Amino acid sequence: MKRTIFALFALLAVAALGAQNFTIVNGTEPVSLDPHAVEGVPEHRIYMALFEGLTVGDPRTNRALPGIAESWSFSADYKTVTFKLRKATWSDGVEITADTVVKSWLRKMDPKNAFQYADFPAYYIAGGMDYLSGKAGREAVKIRAVDKHTFEVQLVGPIPFFPDMIVHYAFAVVPMHSIEKHGNDWIKAQNWVSNGPFVLKEWKPQERVVVVKNNRYWDAKNVALRQITFLANDDVNVGYNLYKAGAADWIDTVPLELMSQIKLDKNFHVYPQYGTYYYIINVTRKPLDDPRVRKALAMAFDKKVLVEQVTQGGQVPANSFVPPSTGYTPAKGYGFDPATAQKLLAEAGYPGGRGFPTFAILYNTSASHKKIAEFVQAQWKANLGIDVTLVNQEWGTYLNTRSQSHNFDIARAGWIGDYLDPSTFSDMWVTGGTQNDGLYSNKRYDELLEKSRTTSGAERMKLLMDAEKILIDEDMAIIPIYFYVTQNMIDLAKWDGWYPNPMNQHPWKYIRPKK
Amino acid sequence: MSRYFIRRVLSLIPTLFVIITLSFFLIRLAPGGPFAREKDVPEIILQNLLKRYNMDQPLAQQYLRYLGDILRWDLGPSFRYRDLSVNEIIDSGLPVSMLLGVTALAMAVFSGISVGIISALKQNKWPDYVAVSIAVIGISVPLFVMGPVLQLFIGMRWKILPMGQWISIHGIKAIILPAITLSFPYFAYIARLSRASILEVLRSDYIRTARAKGLKESDVVWRHVLKGALLPVVTYLGPAFSGIIVGSVVVETVFLVPGIGRPFIQSAINRDYTLIMGSVIVYSAVLILANLVVDVIYGFLDPRISYK
Repeated sequence: MKRTIFALFALLAVAALGAQNFTIVNGTEPVSLDPHAVEGVPEHRIYMALFEGLTVGDPRTNRALPGIAESWSFSADYKTVTFKLRKATWSDGVEITADTVVKSWLRKMDPKNAFQYADFPAYYIAGGMDYLSGKAGREAVKIRAVDKHTFEVQLVGPIPFFPDMIVHYAFAVVPMHSIEKHGNDWIKAQNWVSNGPFVLKEWKPQERVVVVKNNRYWDAKNVALRQITFLANDDVNVGYNLYKAGAADWIDTVPLELMSQIKLDKNFHVYPQYGTYYYIINVTRKPLDDPRVRKALAMAFDKKVLVEQVTQGGQVPANSFVPPSTGYTPAKGYGFDPATAQKLLAEAGYPGGRGFPTFAILYNTSASHKKIAEFVQAQWKANLGIDVTLVNQEWGTYLNTRSQSHNFDIARAGWIGDYLDPSTFSDMWVTGGTQNDGLYSNKRYDELLEKSRTTSGAERMKLLMDAEKILIDEDMAIIPIYFYVTQNMIDLAKWDGWYPNPMNQHPWKYIRPKK
Repeated sequence: MSRYFIRRVLSLIPTLFVIITLSFFLIRLAPGGPFAREKDVPEIILQNLLKRYNMDQPLAQQYLRYLGDILRWDLGPSFRYRDLSVNEIIDSGLPVSMLLGVTALAMAVFSGISVGIISALKQNKWPDYVAVSIAVIGISVPLFVMGPVLQLFIGMRWKILPMGQWISIHGIKAIILPAITLSFPYFAYIARLSRASILEVLRSDYIRTARAKGLKESDVVWRHVLKGALLPVVTYLGPAFSGIIVGSVVVETVFLVPGIGRPFIQSAINRDYTLIMGSVIVYSAVLILANLVVDVIYGFLDPRISYK
């Protein structure tokens, strides 16, 4: 009897131990483990395990929580932020000081390093752009170590959401002492040093990244997982099979073909995401240069039917470009209204669609984009009597057509916010903006955006909301289609500390097996 | 013979040179580039990136530099995987693909020829019909169906073999399912090929002579028929070998095998110029060498062929 009980306990212990290992199907092979060199969601998830910035994201709201910084305070004009650092160390015991933060941020913006997202910090930190463009030396960048544990940054304007923004890996703090010693090899497992809840155990390219608990992490006692395995796989069917077979605990995409069945699964979690699926209109082309035509197009297909019957994954029909968030009410836009659409088209000189030239919808090759385009095509034919052709291009070619040659009429696009603030969407449509692929330009819009950079609080939000009214209600520069949703599968009866949230970011330190 | 061999190996160099030169310029004709993103990279960063990868120099100069690097077997840094050189990616993936490919090909050759022999000798009897049906299935069922079906039954339902992931997790048995999947179409093709050529040889004069001499049927088959009948199969093995090694991308994806196929395919989508070049060079070298080996094997199988 005693033996049986003992065996039972041993078995339970093993089971509990097993539950502290977590496996995620992480998407494509990470481009790098160096937080300054990465881009993309798979890399971000690995970053959150291995590193901790000045602030970290709240697992429920994605807003800033203390990381390396214990606390922070703004100057009265919201242009200077002072961070008080906690006494924390790297995984090799070396202390993290304000000087480390300064050197790390300068490394990110160093023009010689040519890091992809270097313009992100440089754009907001005073002097950053001058340094990045080589116009000035590093001393131009207005960040400094006031003392060993106080770090100060001056911003280009009042940016009250700066602490939320620096959750992003572009603001990572990296082990400069290890980088100086090992050069590019600092990211190899044998040289690994980091400051997050986990440290690197192994990285097998094209296979997996394995991280284990970092016992020197300042909050290690609250980290429950012992090991996380990130599987490199971007095939949605393979990922789903792994999850179903119990070989993975979390997947963040599911096969569209199985949606009707998956929707019934209690472990399938749909939640609004901070992103928009939309059609870019090339506003320089006739007849799409007429706002009446653009409005007619936007009103002439039923987004509700589209999300219910085509995309099927719980997406939310969108009439505005910026998704709703705290303090921001998006533009009203136009719902499905074929009668008004026909009237507008007639006013523009094409009654019943007569004489309307045939144009094309461009999308990058994918079954789901195709289905959506076909739906829109059919509805425009039925409701407006106009003919549209569909053109699909492979990703690289499509990007080139969209943003370099601008040789398209209407192109499919999607944007997920970099951080939780409407400006990550509004900034896109200023004249000459790098994502302004439809070549939209409105002086009043530009002015409002410019003004928003030097204001804060409700006043700033009002400016951004007014700007979107111009973009959507007046000009219909783009056609919003739906707001993205996150589609995760994870067993929340088994795992605690994982919450659906708008950025789909789930800090690892909170995830723990349920007792 | 050895002179022939050396001459053939030396002829690799001009062939590879032409391939490298053509690919170097062709891939740059494709629209887009390695640094194209949904959110355009700002001009300043783009300039820095171009400088970092020596892409700010004239194309001719880039080309000459690349040729120089190739001579030192330095394939350059990957444009996408910033911490890895193309050499590192190939060094880690190629042995995996080799192991999987050679296993699959060995299985395909052994079972393909066996089935070919049986069905040729039992032509138009039931073993022949069974074999031909399996071969038709093998040729027509795509790998992305075959793989998951094996995974579902053998991996998930019956739990006999691991459904995915590689040797570092499951040991040597991790090879079996992906190898079977990968070998299936090749097996089917080899079975059909050997069946057809055995049937042809069986009707030839020298086999009739051998039988007339009173040789035992097994001797006729093993010593005379097979030797002649295997020539087309051997010819097929050259391209099959390079195809099975570099072209296993579907199997690698379905079974999470860290081979070279996936990075090679991805490199084209990512416009990862150096990695595309690396793949082209590896693929052509494997293809050329495999064909050379095939030519050498010919000499052993067919006494009429001599090397000068």
